[in-house]
Amino acid sequence: MGKTIAEKIFDTHRVDMPAEGIFVIRLDAVFCHEITTPIAINDLVSRGKDRVFDPDKIKVVIDHVSPAKDSKTAMQGKILREWARRHHILDFFDIGRNGICHALFPEKGFVRPGYTVIMGDSHTCTHGAFGAFAAGVGTTDLEVGILKGVCTFRYPSTMKIDVTGTLPNGVYAKDVILSVISRLGVNGATNKVLEFTGPVVEAMSMESRMTLCNMAVEAGGTSGICWPDMKTVEYLWEFIKDEYADKQDALNHYRQFCSDPDAQYEQVMEHDISHLEPMVTFGYKPDQVKPVKEMSSTKVDQVYIGSCTNGRIEDLRVAAQVLKGKTIRDSVRGIVSPATPKVFRQAMEEGILKIFMDAGFCVTNPTCGACLGMSNGVLAEGEVCASTTNRNFNGRMGKGGMVHLVSPATAAATAINGYITNSELYKGSP
Amino acid sequence: MKNFSGNVLFLDRSDINTDEIIPAKYLTEISKQALKPHLLEDLKLSGFDSRHAVDEKNVIITRANFGCGSSREHAPWALEVNNIRLVIAENFARIFRQNMFNCGMMAVELPGQTIDDIFKEFAGKETHLETDFENNLFIITADGHHQEVSFSISDFDRALVMTGGWVEYADAKY
Repeated sequence: MGKTIAEKIFDTHRVDMPAEGIFVIRLDAVFCHEITTPIAINDLVSRGKDRVFDPDKIKVVIDHVSPAKDSKTAMQGKILREWARRHHILDFFDIGRNGICHALFPEKGFVRPGYTVIMGDSHTCTHGAFGAFAAGVGTTDLEVGILKGVCTFRYPSTMKIDVTGTLPNGVYAKDVILSVISRLGVNGATNKVLEFTGPVVEAMSMESRMTLCNMAVEAGGTSGICWPDMKTVEYLWEFIKDEYADKQDALNHYRQFCSDPDAQYEQVMEHDISHLEPMVTFGYKPDQVKPVKEMSSTKVDQVYIGSCTNGRIEDLRVAAQVLKGKTIRDSVRGIVSPATPKVFRQAMEEGILKIFMDAGFCVTNPTCGACLGMSNGVLAEGEVCASTTNRNFNGRMGKGGMVHLVSPATAAATAINGYITNSELYKGSP
Repeated sequence: MKNFSGNVLFLDRSDINTDEIIPAKYLTEISKQALKPHLLEDLKLSGFDSRHAVDEKNVIITRANFGCGSSREHAPWALEVNNIRLVIAENFARIFRQNMFNCGMMAVELPGQTIDDIFKEFAGKETHLETDFENNLFIITADGHHQEVSFSISDFDRALVMTGGWVEYADAKY
């Protein structure tokens, strides 16, 4: 019987099966940031277990609150920094080189097809875009990952989302995943891997695939996952070129991490997006989604473009296309946060930052900041924000604030108009 | 092993997320005790006042998909420092459920119909729940009402509860 990607990865990484259907798997990478790791470090120290399983497989970044905003966040950074030094963890990204973990680590080539990855962060599912099994975990799982290089999961059942049709102009991966979540519900994929396939996904860039996989957890999914292909090889080529004769050779190797034609899925859902419109959330759950045009009377106080969902260069390019030669409404505060230093530099060299600044946006350094109401754009009570982030939970960007999740194109158009608006890039469904 | 019996707090809503259990702004705390006053601070539920609702409570009974959202283990910790060590729901978000057992606490799933019956019978009353861990039984009582409900958890989860969590278990074994 054939296997899904996730099953292949579990079968090759199995260390133990402590109960029926429960696998302890070997980890190829453990990612760490300053919010969930310091408590794990302190606990390991207090247990007399201040060790790491392999310093080369642990990758560390300070990203959630950077620069530190107060003495507490400064202490979180300090604990992480000192720990990375004493264990000779060389891939440690401190201020000046730091960016949002789920944008930075792929950019550094740390995720490969067939890998197993954990991090104390629910959006770790993003890295499944590379044909890897990548899952968010809590601090205790992270602690054991650091110490022993293993983690426990239920053997994965997979839900295949076959995305068919042709993406209309002005409609993006963000709109696709919002529409998928609205069909599945916030609990629809709990304990399942969401495998994204079909012509629309094949045509997507790695950045767009990361946007899709990023929000798998908003439907409860353990990991998003896409099949590795030539785009995966191209993205990773500078890091893998010494390992393979040529790109075709790399692709041939990576193809083993595609699902078999006779693989058994728990469910297959066809999702035709030919008539999909730009989407926006309402309410406090990411499955509460409707077309942007139905929310056009909603006035916003702030527009935020950034995050591990939509802070990559492709996202900034689209927003800049909408903003070019325009200025944002006086009543709107526009904030853009390029997700990594590389994205920041590219956006600077391509003139994108100038377009944002000419339009009236504030450009911040790479950080998670406003997405979870930590820093750099927290909302006041009663304020409304159109945001390219991933969660519209009550209080998420500040107590009493309202968040509407949108694509970068919709965010840019909304900043200009002051009300939630479709961008001019969207001409209506065919 | 921790104590899984005590007074019940009923939360009659599905999809209560980890931002509602403990808002992100408190994730900069390094001690678990500092989370104590902020449990369920942002929960929107009619008639619910987080400042008093959790006093003297040890067990939560709620609906579906409890603990969805962020991976923060601060959610189980915020429960634990408030002496709540057992959550009973129709089902849980994966990471929250695993975090509970990893900490030696319990997140137990019961069928939706059973949860419904418990709400109808006990919600709004001063309710006590006794956990018989050996016999997989919850004994729920309130003034004049009594119900016994059997539950199941895997042998692995049982081992985590008995050893106090995943760190000691894994370091000894792998």
